[in-house]
Amino acid sequence: MERSAHATFWSRKLEGFGRGWYKFSRNPLSIIGLIAVLLVSFLATFAPFVAPYPKHAGVFVNFAEASQPPSLRHLFGTDVVGRDILSRIFFGFRFSLMLGVVVLTLVVPPGVILGLTAGYFKGTWIDTVIMRITDIFVAVPPLILALAICSVLSPNIFHAMIAVSLMWWPWYTRLVYGLSSSLRNEFFVQAAEVTGASRLHILFKEILPNCLSPIFTKMSLDMGWVILIGASLSFVGLGVQPPKPGLGTMVADGRIYMPDQWWITVFPAFAIMLVVLGFNLLGDGLRDLFAVEEV
Amino acid sequence: MTEEILTVKDLKKYFLTSRGTVKAVDGVTFSIKEGEMLGLVGESGSGKSTVAYTLVGIYQPTAGEITFKGQDIGKDFSKRLKPLKKDIQIVFQDPGSSLNPRRSIKQILELPLKVHHISSNKGIIEQVAKLLEMVELPLDYQYKYPQAIGGGEKQMVAVARALATNPSFVVLDEPTSALDVSVQAKIINLLMRLQQRLNLTYLFITHDLSLMRNVATRVAIMYLGKMCEVACTSEFFQNPLHPYTQMLLSSIPVVSDEEEMLKPKKILSRGEIPSPVNVPPGCSFHLRCPEGMELCSQVDPGMVEVGEEHTVRCHLFQGAKIAASTSQGEE
Repeated sequence: MERSAHATFWSRKLEGFGRGWYKFSRNPLSIIGLIAVLLVSFLATFAPFVAPYPKHAGVFVNFAEASQPPSLRHLFGTDVVGRDILSRIFFGFRFSLMLGVVVLTLVVPPGVILGLTAGYFKGTWIDTVIMRITDIFVAVPPLILALAICSVLSPNIFHAMIAVSLMWWPWYTRLVYGLSSSLRNEFFVQAAEVTGASRLHILFKEILPNCLSPIFTKMSLDMGWVILIGASLSFVGLGVQPPKPGLGTMVADGRIYMPDQWWITVFPAFAIMLVVLGFNLLGDGLRDLFAVEEV
Repeated sequence: MTEEILTVKDLKKYFLTSRGTVKAVDGVTFSIKEGEMLGLVGESGSGKSTVAYTLVGIYQPTAGEITFKGQDIGKDFSKRLKPLKKDIQIVFQDPGSSLNPRRSIKQILELPLKVHHISSNKGIIEQVAKLLEMVELPLDYQYKYPQAIGGGEKQMVAVARALATNPSFVVLDEPTSALDVSVQAKIINLLMRLQQRLNLTYLFITHDLSLMRNVATRVAIMYLGKMCEVACTSEFFQNPLHPYTQMLLSSIPVVSDEEEMLKPKKILSRGEIPSPVNVPPGCSFHLRCPEGMELCSQVDPGMVEVGEEHTVRCHLFQGAKIAASTSQGEE
């Protein structure tokens, strides 16, 4: 009896998942986004194995094949020192994704916890303190601060991550604050309070689970933004440092050879577009999916 | 001999809003005896739910005393002791929002058991099963989520959750008003049976007067944050005194002519309940009252006892009482 009930519980979960997938797959753009994200993740993870010239990712010089246009030998051509652009793009994905993942893991937990707390204690001094600090951080554009931090400290990807993270958590605080401050008036929260449940229980077991879909949607959309900021930092020379292949770095390196050797710049630029667009489309798809699901 | 389990004395709950002070509850006094079901009836906006929320501790009273089993509980809810939270429970109006959509029925029912350490970890499974059995739901419902079950079933789960801590006093805040008529009767019957079996005391908040006739032991009428009339159910329906009560009773729809005969003469309801931000001076009901006198718009009448356990707040009976006492004095 017990076991069969458990089985139906899981089959129901699976069924719900299947329904969600059906809804998600109705929108071709979401599918394109998902495919782009999966493709980029795969290429980044297995870059050393799928790249045609894995050695070209680092210090490598071969002037014999420098500045070659796209050909069968080098699909996306080579740069001024003869490195295969395609291979470098695959490795460039690694830095981009790493930046996105690291920034979001640093940013989401504190942002969400602060937002939950401030929303739950709306109207008290806790709310005021947390939200005013949030406002201060929101007022500074992330790219400008990242530029400032990276130029004061030594310019590298690690400092770029810290700079972007420092500016990104308030958005999660604000998002969750809005959700939490309305959810705390729901009867199920009141019921838990009347029973005497702890604050921790109420925040993390009653309120948080109802905030997850918007959080995940925002994370997907933010991956695109963070990667774009990372690329911008690399472009101005404050992110991924040569000879490491950052996508922004590659665009910056090639721009002086435009338009004759267009492939050095254009292909990495398209690569940035692919990643950012992929995450944005996926995020939009998730948002629509949850919006329907929530009713 | 039944004892008073809960006494509320001059309870006030004001809310400060941008439009002014909302006097949601403005000096309410009543008491509930052990094992009884007090029906608290009123229109929307009369403050009956505010009374409920103040009793269970969601709101903190602005003024007044609440005594439960001899203890003063009108203080800060965060200082309310756990045994007390265990003893007073509430069933909310809308079962759709009183159950967390992200938690299974099992998790919902486990929470009060865990908070109050009612049973060991092993015992919790049995206890959840027992609760489901008590509200007549199948055992495998514990693995479902609230959105997968019907409105009536959700309310049963809410009842089971309220009873999980084995309380002695349960506030029922319009437990049936969000449900289908067919399900309403089922819930009411269940609540009545549970009351007898577990010796519960209910405060039943509703706007359904005809329902109260069948289930409540006593009925209290609220209007604009104040009590109008409190009486035993039979007395209340046979001898309603307050004009507002008469108006409400005469507006109950009936099926047959015999039933129509039993009702007080038809009094048309005039106007809407005024905003509690801007309560009329004097008796708050005088604008809609068919018996309105000049005195009514100036002086707010006090609660007067007109019979055994029958109190009314109206100028019509203020005099009657005084006349009665002076004639007694002459004898």
